[in-house]
Order: sequence, then structure tokens, then C-alpha cells
Amino acid sequence: MTDYNFAYLDEQTKRMIRRALLKALAIPGYQVPFASREMPMPYGWGTGGVQVSAAVLTPEDRFKVIDQGADGTTNAVSIRAFFERTAGVATTTATHEASVIQTRHRIPEAPLREGQILVYQVPIPEPLRFLEPRESETRKMHELEEYGLMHVKLYEDIARHGHIATSYAYPVKVEGRYVMDPSPIPKFDNPKLSNSPAIQLFGAGREQRIYALPPYCEVVSLDFEDHPFEPSKADHPCGLCGATDSYLDEVIVDDAGGRMFVCSDTDYCDTRQAAGYRGKDAA
Amino acid sequence: MSPLLSVRGVTKRYGTHIGCADVSFDLHPGEVMGIVGESGSGKTTLLNCLAGQLAPDTGEVIFDTRAEGPRDTRTMSEPERRMLARTDWAFVHQHARDGLRMGVSAGGNVGERLMAVGARHYGDIRGKALDWLERVEIDGARVDDRPSTFSGGMQQRLQIARNLVTGPRLVFMDEPTGGLDVSVQARLLDLLRGLVRDMGLSAIIVTHDLAVVRLLADRLMVMKSGHVVEAGLTDQVLDDPQHAYTQLLVSSVLQV
Repeated sequence: MTDYNFAYLDEQTKRMIRRALLKALAIPGYQVPFASREMPMPYGWGTGGVQVSAAVLTPEDRFKVIDQGADGTTNAVSIRAFFERTAGVATTTATHEASVIQTRHRIPEAPLREGQILVYQVPIPEPLRFLEPRESETRKMHELEEYGLMHVKLYEDIARHGHIATSYAYPVKVEGRYVMDPSPIPKFDNPKLSNSPAIQLFGAGREQRIYALPPYCEVVSLDFEDHPFEPSKADHPCGLCGATDSYLDEVIVDDAGGRMFVCSDTDYCDTRQAAGYRGKDAA
Repeated sequence: MSPLLSVRGVTKRYGTHIGCADVSFDLHPGEVMGIVGESGSGKTTLLNCLAGQLAPDTGEVIFDTRAEGPRDTRTMSEPERRMLARTDWAFVHQHARDGLRMGVSAGGNVGERLMAVGARHYGDIRGKALDWLERVEIDGARVDDRPSTFSGGMQQRLQIARNLVTGPRLVFMDEPTGGLDVSVQARLLDLLRGLVRDMGLSAIIVTHDLAVVRLLADRLMVMKSGHVVEAGLTDQVLDDPQHAYTQLLVSSVLQV
């Protein structure tokens, strides 16, 4: 453990990131620029999340990494190994045991508690980006709270599909002020953003932005009066644990059209199976 | 009746070069003012100064706001000015592409200003969009098509619908008929004339096309090298031009 400084980054860098994090927590939903470092992984693999995790980890922490809800996917395994090696922290796959959880594209099903930190990997932090390509203009729109354009996107959805078809990275308004991209989590997870006891931190490495939701802050998904926001999921129970309240992945199991739906949160599914719940596809 | 827009000594310089110099006029509610002149005469610079898109070096642009009465738009804060620009003002660009969102459907384009001022009911927004498409003679069946599939004339009419949907009181137009063929121009002018009369709009139209001002404008200003060289009632200026440049301009129109 002498090859690296604790958690890979040098202390000055961590200090810089912590300052950005404090500012982000003080202004919920506001994108704070920070001097993102080169990390030993490509952009898009979670460089922002890794830097935020490195800045908040302490030697006593228990670290969990999930990618699309699963602890065992490539991204999750490699980031977990990265911090095992560079920080020597304990790791876990159990949501309730972890003190810091780095996540990509999901919020764990198990309720979070006070004292936990959820770190999101964010590809594109600017919710207005695909509507307004100019950064100078989007900053002005945030500054002046001109968010009409966000509804134009939802309008387009309804005009084309008959309902709001945006199913992930669904825009939210934080504490009645900033419109925020919740990172590409399914809109099923949007309600969990609001009033969470845990601290939620968002890091975008390539775009060099950090934003945050302090505990118990109000997060509202944007919608129309006659087309209200609806969290959606596949209309099935989990094939392995039978859960009806969790977000599901559709898995193709053969080349004859066979498929099964399973919890995307593997820890949630394992915990339920260990408690004796069984779905119809369980072996 | 107090003027809707009162302009006093507006000057804009680009370094030592003059954009427009010492322009003053009053625009009353329901009045249409034409600004004509050759390319580079400062028409567009003046229009941008009036519409708050350029900051004039000196002078006052006093707009009669609904809430607080006459106010100098130069000293307004930017949020106030931008609010004005999407409620009481409208700006029709020469190229429809500059004024439209090409990646958003026609209905979304018309609805944007409504949503920007807080409309949050999809059915109402869509109803208004359809109503406005009809008023500018665009088939309602094309409400979900993108403007990139529209012809030039349709794009220009869509831009007008998008601007007028919030019921502005003052419309700035920069060469609204530029780049359109004559039959499409005639229809657009007809439409504009109808809308201006029906809604009681005030408008400032910048153009180099004398036929446009003849049809639409009540009053006319002729600009040359950044200065207003002649101003008056449209018919008076066009039928009895006094300044040498105005005489040249009027005599240069091709008679078919």
C-alpha cells in the first residue's frame, strides 16, 4: 500500500473535489465545474464517479459498486477492484452494509439510510444539451430559470408517441429551482431521488461537472398537467425471486423467443431468494 | 395616446465605423413603421438595437410595458429584457432557420413560447398550436412534422405563428419576405397585413423591398450610411420623395 496515495488521487486533488462537492451540496442541482483528472480508465467508464468516490472514501468505509443494478458486471467489478487495491477499503455487495455506493444507471431497491453516500456516474450532466447545443446559452437558461425548453422535449414525446416516452435520464426539478439530469437512471427510480436520507453525489468526468442532492431534498419529475409523470417498469414479477415492486431486466434465454424478467438489482434479488422467495423461473 | 415605443438618439458604432447614428422616432400602438435603405445602411443594426439584441452606445429605447409603464429597455436587467422578448415582443428573422428550432415539430415550435411563460397543459398547448397553424394557412395535419420538411414560405409562416402565439404587442421583422419567390411573397404579405390589422399589432419592418412597405407600413424611414435621411407617411415618401437618395431608391424599382 505504498505505491499509491490513499484512494489513488493526491490530497490536493481530493481537496479540490471536496470543495466542489460542498458547493454542490449547498446549491442542490447546480452543476459545479471542477478540474477533472485523467483516470486510468476511459471516459464513459465512470471517471467522474470514481473521482467523487475517491474524494469521499475514508479507510473505515465499506464500498459497493453497481452497474445497471448488478454487482457482477465488468464495470462494477473493475471499479471495486480498483478501490480495493488503491484504498484498501472493505467492499460489499449488500446495500445495507455499504457506506459508499458508486452506481451507474440505477438506484438500489433497498431503502437507503442516513449516513450512506450514493455516487452516480454521469455521462452528460446538462439536461438541456440536446435541445440547446451552446454551453453559454444553457448556463444563461439555468441562471435565469428559463426552463420552457425542457417541456418542449416532453411535448415532442407526446406528439410523437402519445405519451411521455422518455424512459431514462428523465429531467427533474430540484427544490423548485434547478432542472437536473438525474443521470441515465430509469424513470422508475426518479421517485427515490426525492426525500432520500442518503447523500447523493453526481460526477461527470469528461464534462468536468459535479452536482449533488443533500439528504431530504425535494426532487420533482417534470410533466404536463394532463400527462402526469408515471414511473414505469416491465409488467411482470421477477422470474427468480417473484418480486413485483422492483425494476426488471428482460433476459433472452434461448433462440426460440424464450425470455425471462429478473430484478436488475442483483443484491435485492439475492436477498429475497435467501429469504425463501421464489419466482416461476427459479431453478 | 402615449407611444408604444419611443426611440431617442440611438447610436451604435462598430469602432470608428458607424452602424446607425442619432435615430429618433415614436411608434404608436397599432402603427406599422417601415425602415428601408440599401445593404449596409444600418437598418438591421438599428432593428437589433431596438429589439435589445445589440446594446446601443448612446440613446434611449423606451417601451411602454404593461405592468410598469414606459421603461428604457437599455437599463432593464437581462431577465426582464428576455421576459419582454418572449411575451410582448416578437422577432421575425429573415431566414426562418434562425428563428425556428429545426429539430422540433411545428407544434413544438409554436408551443415553445407558451411553455416558456408557464403553460403546462399539453392539450391546451396543442390546441393553440393547431389554431395558429390554421391562422397562418398551414395544414393542421402537419403539426407533428419538422420544419425542415416545409417549404421556404411555410417555414416563414410557421415562424410568424411561433412569434405571435403569446399575443405580443410589438413585432420586429427583418426582411420577412427576403428569399421567397414573388407569389409566395404576395401571400405572406397578405397574411401579415391581415394579422397586423386583426390583432392591432405594432410592427417595425426592415426591408429593402419598397413593395413590402407600400403594402404594410403606415410610416416610413429611409436610411443611408447609418443616418435617417427622410421620414414620413409611406405614400408621401414614396410618391413625392424629397431626398436625393430616396428619389434614386424609388426610381430604381423595376416596372413590369
